[in-house]
Amino acid sequence: MGEAMISIRHLYKVFGENPKEAMALVHQGMGKEELHAENGHVLGLCDINVDMREGEITVIMGLSGSGKSTLIRHVNRLIDPTEGEVLVQGENVLDYDEERLREMRRRQMSMVFQHFALLPHRTVLQNTATAPIVRGEPFSSYDKNARNWLERVGLGGYEESYPHHLSGGMKQRVGIARALTSDAPTMLMDEAFSALDPLIRTDMQNLLLELQVELNKTIVFISHDLDEALKLADHLVILKDGVVVQQGEPQNILLNPEDDYIVDFISDINRARVLRVRSIMQPFNSDVTVVGAIDREATLEQVIAQTGGESRGVYSVMHEGETVGQLDMRDLLRALVPEKRSSV
Amino acid sequence: MASYDFLFDSTGLRDWCDQAGQAKTTSMADLLAQTKGEEVTVSAWDFPFPSLDALNESCGQVPETRDLTRGLENGFLAIKDTLRFVLDPITEPLSWLLDGALFIAESTPWWIIIPLLLALTYWVARSWGLVAAVAASICGLAFIDHYEYAIQTLSIIFVCAAICVALGVPIGIAMSRSDRLQRISLPVLDMLQTLPTFVYLIPLIFLFSVTESKLYGIAIIMYAIVPVIRLTDLGIRLVDKDVLEAAQAFGMTPRQKLLKVQIPLALPNIMAGVNQTIMMSLAMVVIASLVSAPGLGVLVLRGIRSLELGVGLVAGLGIVILAVILDRVTKSALARVNAAQTR
Repeated sequence: MGEAMISIRHLYKVFGENPKEAMALVHQGMGKEELHAENGHVLGLCDINVDMREGEITVIMGLSGSGKSTLIRHVNRLIDPTEGEVLVQGENVLDYDEERLREMRRRQMSMVFQHFALLPHRTVLQNTATAPIVRGEPFSSYDKNARNWLERVGLGGYEESYPHHLSGGMKQRVGIARALTSDAPTMLMDEAFSALDPLIRTDMQNLLLELQVELNKTIVFISHDLDEALKLADHLVILKDGVVVQQGEPQNILLNPEDDYIVDFISDINRARVLRVRSIMQPFNSDVTVVGAIDREATLEQVIAQTGGESRGVYSVMHEGETVGQLDMRDLLRALVPEKRSSV
Repeated sequence: MASYDFLFDSTGLRDWCDQAGQAKTTSMADLLAQTKGEEVTVSAWDFPFPSLDALNESCGQVPETRDLTRGLENGFLAIKDTLRFVLDPITEPLSWLLDGALFIAESTPWWIIIPLLLALTYWVARSWGLVAAVAASICGLAFIDHYEYAIQTLSIIFVCAAICVALGVPIGIAMSRSDRLQRISLPVLDMLQTLPTFVYLIPLIFLFSVTESKLYGIAIIMYAIVPVIRLTDLGIRLVDKDVLEAAQAFGMTPRQKLLKVQIPLALPNIMAGVNQTIMMSLAMVVIASLVSAPGLGVLVLRGIRSLELGVGLVAGLGIVILAVILDRVTKSALARVNAAQTR
């Protein structure tokens, strides 16, 4: 696990005529609804504290209106906070002047947008090379790099097409290639796959995970889709009405929901596909007779397939050739059912 | 007795009124009454609206309406010299441009001008069909000896439209960036567009000599610059917010954003504005022949002045032909830009 690349500290965002004045009320303990009713200001984000670690995918998940898109825009300061700090590699972004801020956006961060936001009058290649072009690099220095990334996202041969020739999924591939061509260590993805068809979305998720294995970028990913969030996240942040309800390792959130909201939220997902053996295994006890070996990183679905539906017995859990724990199939079955439900 | 005497008598202003000392103007009705030897009586039915003239009849201190128009005229004449001192040098290049363009257009032989125009058409529209249509139109006009007039009209339009674009696009950009500037400019643009075209000419005739070409140049530009300003402003305001945000996120400077994103994306609207501007210049160039603008308008004017029906109609038809080819050529350029960025 890497160092915190981006740290958000006590971040508040109030929308309205006079945010500073409204902030004083928030500090006196006024809630979102009350503030809106009395003062006409909207509390967009309230006391957000999140660490986004280097080389990890941090997924910020919430329903529409939860403030997730507002939050990601604070990272590269497309939106300025009312109060709080945004630290990128230890430096407070809010202290940056225009020049330094542009420099950060040019070299340290790239962004992928929900509605692609490609330049319609530029070719796919020129769009892909947006970052180096903006930095003022000559054609010869970025041409090869841009072509290479287009090839990697599966768009080789489309260099001279225009965005309106491409389908939605292909446009977003250009969007990803554009972000990668920037060579920035951090990638912000704002609902990058939300506008795509489900099948294409799965493709793109796989593409992202595949690229991430070798690139190890710090990725901040916004999503309103829990399945997507659980699939991609190393660190999951759940936002509701501008407040972080729970954050942590996705497996952990799934097994130990701290809040009724989260319990409801996770009640509909396919736990077998998301939970992994490592999250529910027990320390190895040599007294027990094991009936087989399973991998630590396997999902429960894979285990069930491997055991052929056998629901009894204890399996030893292996990782890189060593035994690291054991799993009772009864625990596995129990993990498939949420422990508590707020309603029903 | 005038109708409003009672007003001044009852409020005790009579003395003040009579200080004017001058005999009040005698109206035709008064004269008639005098000859008949009877007092004019005004029935309730004919009781006049308390206008300046009606009040003046009762009280010499109240100004008449013609004093207002005269005052306006005197005021304008008073600042005329100063205004002229400032405006004359600024607008002088316009005269040079117009005279220069007319000189070049008239002194270059037709067998150079016509191919040049056709080449320009192809460069703008990239359509051989349109080039053929333009060739047929110009050769047709030349065949009935209207070539010189048509070329004069065209060169005036080219100069004026070019200046409209050169001034209008920056003004439009400035308007799109500042809501306050937009609020101030919109009423001015509305006024320029709705003011009857002849009204522009009146103060201009006072300011400059009728023989100067900038006189009609200014009139045409003031009238025709409006659409290019409006549509530039609109076009830039309509640029997709997502794309602008992306430009911001990749660290573009405001200048890069303007040149690489906003203007290219607003281009279809700007081109539509240029098309409108050219059409409006053409409309104005005919009226401007009243103040010595050369071209087909002169023939139309001759048709009206000396009732030469045929001359007027043929010249009018010539203007229609010019309008059609200018419109088609600019529209096809617009279509080309549109096709390149349809989303």
